[in-house]
Amino acid sequence: MLTALLIMTGIALVLGAALGYAAIRFKVEGDPLVEKIDAILPQTQCGQCSYPGCKPYAEAIAKGEADINQCPPGGEEGIRKLSDLLGREFKPLSEEHGVEKPKSVALIDELTCIGCTLCIQACPVDAIVGAAKQMHTVVDPLCTGCELCLAPCPVDCITMVPVPDTVQTWKWKYPVVEIRKSA
Amino acid sequence: MITRLFNFRGGIKPNSHKNESAEAAIRPAPMPPWLVVPLRQSTRATARCIVHVGDKVLKGQRIGEPEGNLGTAVHAPTSGTVTEVGLYPLAHPSGLDTRCIVIEPDGEERWVGHKGFDYHNATREQALAQLRDCGIVGLGGATFPSHVKLGKGSGIDTLILNGAECEPWITCDDRLMRERAADILAGAAILRELIGARQLVVGIEDNKPQAIAAMQIAATAIGGEVAVMPVPSLYPAGGEKQLIRVLTGVEIPYGKLAGEFGIQCFNVGTAHAVYRALAHGEPLVSRIVTVTGNVEHPANFEVLIGTPIDHLLALCVPRPDSDRTLMGGPMMGFVLPRLDVPVVKGTNCIISASPKLFPPPQPEQPCIRCGECARACPAELQPFELYWFSRAKNFGKAQEYKLFDCIECGCCAYVCPSHIPLVDYYRFAKSEIWAREREKSAADQARERFEFRNYRQEREKEEKAAKLAAKAAETRAKLADTAAPAEPAPVAPAPPGDDPKKALIAAALARAKAQKESVQPRNTESLSPATEAEIAEIEARRQKTLTAPSATLEPRSPSDHSPESTA
Repeated sequence: MLTALLIMTGIALVLGAALGYAAIRFKVEGDPLVEKIDAILPQTQCGQCSYPGCKPYAEAIAKGEADINQCPPGGEEGIRKLSDLLGREFKPLSEEHGVEKPKSVALIDELTCIGCTLCIQACPVDAIVGAAKQMHTVVDPLCTGCELCLAPCPVDCITMVPVPDTVQTWKWKYPVVEIRKSA
Repeated sequence: MITRLFNFRGGIKPNSHKNESAEAAIRPAPMPPWLVVPLRQSTRATARCIVHVGDKVLKGQRIGEPEGNLGTAVHAPTSGTVTEVGLYPLAHPSGLDTRCIVIEPDGEERWVGHKGFDYHNATREQALAQLRDCGIVGLGGATFPSHVKLGKGSGIDTLILNGAECEPWITCDDRLMRERAADILAGAAILRELIGARQLVVGIEDNKPQAIAAMQIAATAIGGEVAVMPVPSLYPAGGEKQLIRVLTGVEIPYGKLAGEFGIQCFNVGTAHAVYRALAHGEPLVSRIVTVTGNVEHPANFEVLIGTPIDHLLALCVPRPDSDRTLMGGPMMGFVLPRLDVPVVKGTNCIISASPKLFPPPQPEQPCIRCGECARACPAELQPFELYWFSRAKNFGKAQEYKLFDCIECGCCAYVCPSHIPLVDYYRFAKSEIWAREREKSAADQARERFEFRNYRQEREKEEKAAKLAAKAAETRAKLADTAAPAEPAPVAPAPPGDDPKKALIAAALARAKAQKESVQPRNTESLSPATEAEIAEIEARRQKTLTAPSATLEPRSPSDHSPESTA
C-alpha cells in the first residue's frame, strides 16, 4: 500500500517537474495564431477592414473581435483560407468593407503633380518617391494597390491602373469547362 | 567509355513522322520583308534595347544589351534599318506582347566586323562573356543561357551532346548532324574544354542512321574520345534527365541538377552555335527550323531570328484543310494563337495541323484510375494523383507529389483512355503556384516595408521628442544662469523648479520683449518737421488711449518685467 503511494507520488513529482520545465523551456513568444492569420492576409495595408493595417486585423480576428470576411483584397480565396485555418464558417465578403478588385497599382500623372508630398506620407509601404515641390512617382513593384494615396492628393492626379498580364506572369487557364444547366 | 546503355522507366512510341521532312536539305529561307526581333530571347531575361528608330544596322550588330545574370545579347539578324521599337506579340501560348525591334532588311546581308575568338589564350570568364555577348542560348527549346549552364567549370566529368530529337515530326537536329557534323563536334570540343569534362558522348536516337553515320565519321576524323551512341527510339529519350539516364545510368534526383552529378547536357544545335560564336565570332542570328505537317513541301530552313512564321509557312504551301499551327512538336508544343509572330531562338519546328493529321481532342471523360499514365510517366510520377490535386486546386498536395518534376512531355495524356488533357492541368497548376509564390513574396515585402515604416515613424517621433527635450533643457539651463542674479526680484509667479514650463514661457516673453526693444524703427531718422509733428500727435493719441487699460494690467505686469531688468 505504502509502496504504491510512494510510486504514484514519485511519478507525479517527476512528470510535474518535466511539465514545469517544458513550460519554461519551450515558452511561445507572442501569439502564433496571429502570425498564421497575418500570413494569409494580403499585406495590402489598405485599412479597408477598418483596422490600421493587416497585423492589427489579424490580432482582432485572433481575439474574435473581427469577422473573417472584412478583407476585400484577400477576396474569396483569402476568406476560404481563414475559415480553414480558424474552423469558422465561410461567409461571402462583407459589402460594407468593399469589393474584390483586380490587382492595380497607383499611377501619378506627373504633369499634374504639384509635389505636395501628401501621398508620400499616406503610403503605408513607402512606395512613392519624391520631395517637396518635386515630381513624385510610384515604384510599381512595391505598390500594394491600397488606394490610400488617392484621397489626400489635392489635385487628384493619382489613378489606379490594373496590372496587365505579361509573358512572365501569364497563367494557363483552368482546363475544366463549367457546364451550366440550361434554364 | 560507354559500354552499355540503360533504360528509363515509362515512355511511349508515337508514330515518328520524320520521313516527311528528313530528306529536305537545310536551305536558307528567303529574306522576309521585315524582321521582328524580340528582346526577350532567353528564359527569364529581357535585353535592353540599344538602337533607335531609323538606325542603320549591320548583320550581327548588337541591338540588345544583356541584363542580369541570365541575360544574353540580341543581334540584328541582317543588315537594314530599324523601323520600329515597340510591343509585338510573341510566339507564346498567351499571345501576349513583348518589346521587339523591327528591322527592314536592305537585302545586302552586310556583316558587322567580326573575327574568331582565341579561346585557348583567353580566360574562362572571357570565353563565357563571349558566349553571352554572342547571344548563345540552349537551342533545344528551353533557351537557357549557355554561359550560365557552363557554370563554374569544375566537377564535370561527362559532357553529353543531345541529338536524340525524340519528338515526332521534328528533323532540324537530324539535318544539322547530317550536314554539319564536323562543326557540331568542333563546338562540342570547345564546350568540353570550357567545362573541363573528361569524356564526350553524343546521344542520337537510332531512327536517324544517317545522322549517326555522319557524326561517327566526323568523330573519327577529329580523333579523341568522342563516343557517338545510338539510343533506342523511345519518346522522351531526348529529355535531359532521360538521356542522362540512358547513357550513364545516373538518375538525377528531385530538385537536383545534372551538374551536381558531374554531367552536363547540351543540344547539338547549341554546340554548333558555340562553334560559330567562338571560331568565327558570329553571334546567334539564325537557327534551323523544320516546317512540316499538313504542307505540300516540308522543309528544313536556316531561318533568321525574327522571321514571321506566316512568311515561313507560306514557303511550304499549307494544304487548304489546315486549321491550326503548332510551334514545337506535337507532344510538347503549343497551338500558336496567331501566325504573325516571329521565329525565336527556341523555335525548332512549325507544324501545320489538319483535323486528319491531328484529330481534335475527344471529349474528356472521368478518370477510371487505370494507372496507364503512371506506367507511361518517364519522370516516375503518379500523373493521376497530380491530376486530381491540380483539378481540385489543391496545390500544396500536388507539390507534395512532385508536380515540379513533371517535364510536361505529354506521355500520360497520350496513353489516357479517358482522353484527359493531363498536361493542361499540370501547366495550370504550375503557373498558379508560381503566381502564388510571386504574390507571397510581394506580400512579405509589403509587410516588411510596412513594419519598417511604422518603426521609422516611431523613431522619428522619439527623435523629435528627444530633440525638443534637449532644447528645453538647454533653455532652462540658460534661464537658470541668467535668472540667478535676478532671483531676489520681488514677485516671481511660482518657484521655477515647481513649474518649469511657466518659467520657460516667461523667459521667452522676456526675450521677445528685449528683441522688440532692441529693434529701432529705421525710418525715424532725418524726418521733416512736418512728419515729426505728425508722429508726436499720433504718440500723444496712443498714450491717451493706452493709459486706461494699462492701469488695469499694472498688478500683473511685474512678473513680466522682472527678467527684463536683467536683460
